[in-house]
Amino acid sequence: MEFFDSHTKLFSAAFLLFLVLTLFVAIMPAINNDRNNAALPGEEMLSEEAVKGKALFIANGCVACHTQQVRNVEMDKMWGKRPSLAADYASNRRIDLWRNTATLMGTERTGPDLTTVGSRQPSKEWNLVHLFNPRIVVKESIMPAYPWLFEFKNEAANEDIVVSIPEKYSAGQGVLVAKREALQLVAYLQSLKQTDVPQGQAIAFLYKKQQNITDESVTVSSVADGDALYATHCQACHQANGEGLKGAFPALKGRPIVADDNPELMLNIIMNGYDARPEFGVMPAVGKNSDLKPEEVAAIMNHERGSWGNNARKVTPEEVQKLLDRIKNLPNQ
Amino acid sequence: MNTHHCKAKVALIILIFSLSISPVSAQDTSTQKFILLISTFLVFAISISVLIVAKLTKDIVEQFQKSKQQNFERDYDKYFKNLNSDQIEIFLKNKELGRKTETVERTLAIAGLCFILSTTISFGQQPVISEGSLLSQTGIIITIVLISIPVVCGIFLLMFKIMKALRAFRNTQTLSEAEYLTAYLKSLENESLEVSLKIRKQQLDYQLSNNELMGANPASDEKGLIGNIHDASLPFVARKKNALVRPKIDADLTRLVLWYVRCATFWLVFGTSVGEFVGIKFVAPDIDHVSWLSFGRLRPVHTNAVFWGWASLAMLGLGHYVVPRVSNTKLFSINLGWYSLILINTAVFAGTICLMAGINNGGGEYREYIWPVMLLFGVGLALTLINFLKTLARRTTKEIYISNWYIISAIIFAIVISIVAYVPIWQNGLGETIVQGYYMHQGVGMWFMLFTLGIVYYFLPQQLNKPIYSYSLGILAFWTQILFYTLIGTHHFVFSSIPWWLQTIAIVGSVGMVIPVIAGTTNFTMTFRGSWYKIPDSYTLPFFLTGIVFYFTGSLQGTAEAFRTTNLLWHFTDFTVAHSHITMYGIICFLVWAGIYAVVPRLTGIEPPQVTVGAHFWLALIGLMFYTIPLMYGSTLRGLMWMEGKPFIDSVVFMAPFWLWRAIGGSLMWLSHLFFAYNFYKMLVGSGIVDVREAAFAKLARENTLN
Repeated sequence: MEFFDSHTKLFSAAFLLFLVLTLFVAIMPAINNDRNNAALPGEEMLSEEAVKGKALFIANGCVACHTQQVRNVEMDKMWGKRPSLAADYASNRRIDLWRNTATLMGTERTGPDLTTVGSRQPSKEWNLVHLFNPRIVVKESIMPAYPWLFEFKNEAANEDIVVSIPEKYSAGQGVLVAKREALQLVAYLQSLKQTDVPQGQAIAFLYKKQQNITDESVTVSSVADGDALYATHCQACHQANGEGLKGAFPALKGRPIVADDNPELMLNIIMNGYDARPEFGVMPAVGKNSDLKPEEVAAIMNHERGSWGNNARKVTPEEVQKLLDRIKNLPNQ
Repeated sequence: MNTHHCKAKVALIILIFSLSISPVSAQDTSTQKFILLISTFLVFAISISVLIVAKLTKDIVEQFQKSKQQNFERDYDKYFKNLNSDQIEIFLKNKELGRKTETVERTLAIAGLCFILSTTISFGQQPVISEGSLLSQTGIIITIVLISIPVVCGIFLLMFKIMKALRAFRNTQTLSEAEYLTAYLKSLENESLEVSLKIRKQQLDYQLSNNELMGANPASDEKGLIGNIHDASLPFVARKKNALVRPKIDADLTRLVLWYVRCATFWLVFGTSVGEFVGIKFVAPDIDHVSWLSFGRLRPVHTNAVFWGWASLAMLGLGHYVVPRVSNTKLFSINLGWYSLILINTAVFAGTICLMAGINNGGGEYREYIWPVMLLFGVGLALTLINFLKTLARRTTKEIYISNWYIISAIIFAIVISIVAYVPIWQNGLGETIVQGYYMHQGVGMWFMLFTLGIVYYFLPQQLNKPIYSYSLGILAFWTQILFYTLIGTHHFVFSSIPWWLQTIAIVGSVGMVIPVIAGTTNFTMTFRGSWYKIPDSYTLPFFLTGIVFYFTGSLQGTAEAFRTTNLLWHFTDFTVAHSHITMYGIICFLVWAGIYAVVPRLTGIEPPQVTVGAHFWLALIGLMFYTIPLMYGSTLRGLMWMEGKPFIDSVVFMAPFWLWRAIGGSLMWLSHLFFAYNFYKMLVGSGIVDVREAAFAKLARENTLN
């Protein structure tokens, strides 16, 4: 054909087709998105420290393994209260002259999603130990260690943040102190939370699990699995053997609060967190943050009360529900 | 959902979408079907056996009835048809002997049916299947299967014994028939028959003298058609055909192309060494604690080095050979080619250092190089574009060969993509993500795939020594690739907060990709048609064929992955990593290697060692299989664990063996690259040992000129 024998015509045609399609699927939607979306009114701006922490997050390529998006499907419910919205990313702007915007949505979940890690795992102590070497707190983890964010000192100065790690990891090198960078990175991680949507929950998750009442196996699995819930919510600090980590996270094994016949204090700590003992890290409000249901809390409590030699009486979801109603009226501990 | 159910489901999915075939273990709800299937199979097998037995019995009965007939009633004519020479000879000899002796001896052996009767007949009973929920229990099913195995084996054994006995009995009957025939033949007295049989025997014994065509002259090859004459000893590996004699290529262009491939090979070895190290970190995360070597920094070093360093430079090197050749003219400017090579190498080198130092663009995949680095790459591409277009402008052919459509468009599109990806105006908020999806997928499809297809459209017909099957299919694939591929970028962000309609368009576009992929695959395989026999003789064609097979499977796998339901299962898992290796490695690398093995011997006149080319091919292919199949399998199950809401860390523990397989496969692939680098080196410098014959003839030539 005459048309295709002219290189100017042929390649102009190909170029124009490609350009029009590009405008349609990339440039126009991108511009439109910026025009039509703004941050939610309640969104907190990143602190100066957190901004520097985000830069470290980017520099070390954390996005290669950690997503920051809760998809609008049921299976992602474990990562956030609601699906992520365009508004959640709207305040992201170009970092500086050299670097592009970083929405850090990610495409790979080799490690957990971090959208709400600030509320799921707010403990500074845990995060620092975990960054120094993740295998101290999660022995199955394959996350890289970041020892260059820390330094060993013979003696910690007053303003130094000391990180207590097991002997095996310090190996007589002195006291482990978090560098400024480590604190900045933790500040960024702590800032990762979902902003509440005004007027409550409006967005639903898709692909809900179908509950088939006639099928026996489903009804069995709908009874909360204490083992799994413990692994998801508690194990990172208190460890699978319930022994915690010395100097960082208390043991649950043989602990009077856990074994107490009256489960009220234990329930209160699970729901609202705990910070009464200076030698241990702060316990986050696990129950509230993760929006745990009474039967799930009961399952966790029964797992803790019945494992590692603990032998306290079981609690029922109804009892937990009753206590929860009472705790609601109490001031936070 | 319990685990058994999952396994069945997974196996089905793997069966459909991956290259492996897993056994489907039906449980629970499909129990009835499973039982039904087994029963149907058994009934079918048994009825076939019964039929065979019935047929044998019928033959025996017929034979028995026949044996009751009187001797003279028998019809022996059929035995006289189509006698062969030996039989005729025996017959004639017998006639001669027969005239001397008149002894007839008869023996007839009759075997009894008692053998059959003595065989124990113990029909195994099919296990009685009771109705109800019991059948849905794994233990029951396993027991039923275990019981049926010996029973079924027994039935088959019995059938075989019966058939054997029947056959033996049938043979004794036949033997008696043969006795009758022998007697008849002996008794036969017919002079004219003997004469005609003698003539027939002469006819049958006729043979060609084996030199009807060549006559009595000694053989000679006056046109020099016979080549490839080697030692008569057994070869260690199959002999492959040598590359054709070097065409007249500008020495400067040769140098340029070889330097492109040289740099590409360096980046391949470097990039995959990094990849190998990164893969090992999944198994041994504490292997080092150096910030510059940490996983998050090295991963983009690996991907960018193999993308922009290896694949891009290798493609451009081949492009510098192909574009002037199919335009039937010289390259516009050798210098522009060198500038482009230097710029791209600088970009990859600087980018690698930046990434390791922790300076990156903000985390978008394949967009990790900051803009000053990527600008060098972009300028390099722009110079190449000018060079190629000017070369094309002075072509001596009227039409533009399809290779140039693909190659030059790929460069134009790559420049557009880079500009869209790095201009900051439309990158706020989710704009960055939308552009990211567009950029990374167009990088793969519009740069690597389009360019490589251009290379294949030149080298495949050249290596097969025949024209491409259909020019029109190539054109159809070209336009549909642009139309559909451009749309599919955002399928990497299905269910994310980018607009739903954009996700849908991406999915539709992914399905549309079936058209160019099937058009392309059809075109290439039909070009192969009638020339399949050339594959064992060639060391380039296996690479082409592998690349084409992966082009089909890898691309269609991409379509399958784009659906919303498959996104639930596979998104965020290592399935994507497996897929990107099937495509970038299985398609692009294999086809680029094919091109390199095709062109470099023409440029240097030196062939690579065949053993190490074979080692390269097989290690790369087997390594890729070890890498991708376990990873796809494991990722599917990991996706199911996530869907069931299992604790995340469980899914990490679960993946460990599959990550180990990945490291093993990766090591094989890496090893194959060392072989490739060695082969390339060999193609550049040869064996380095003085060839006695060459030296002797060179000396002779010098003496000739002196005299």
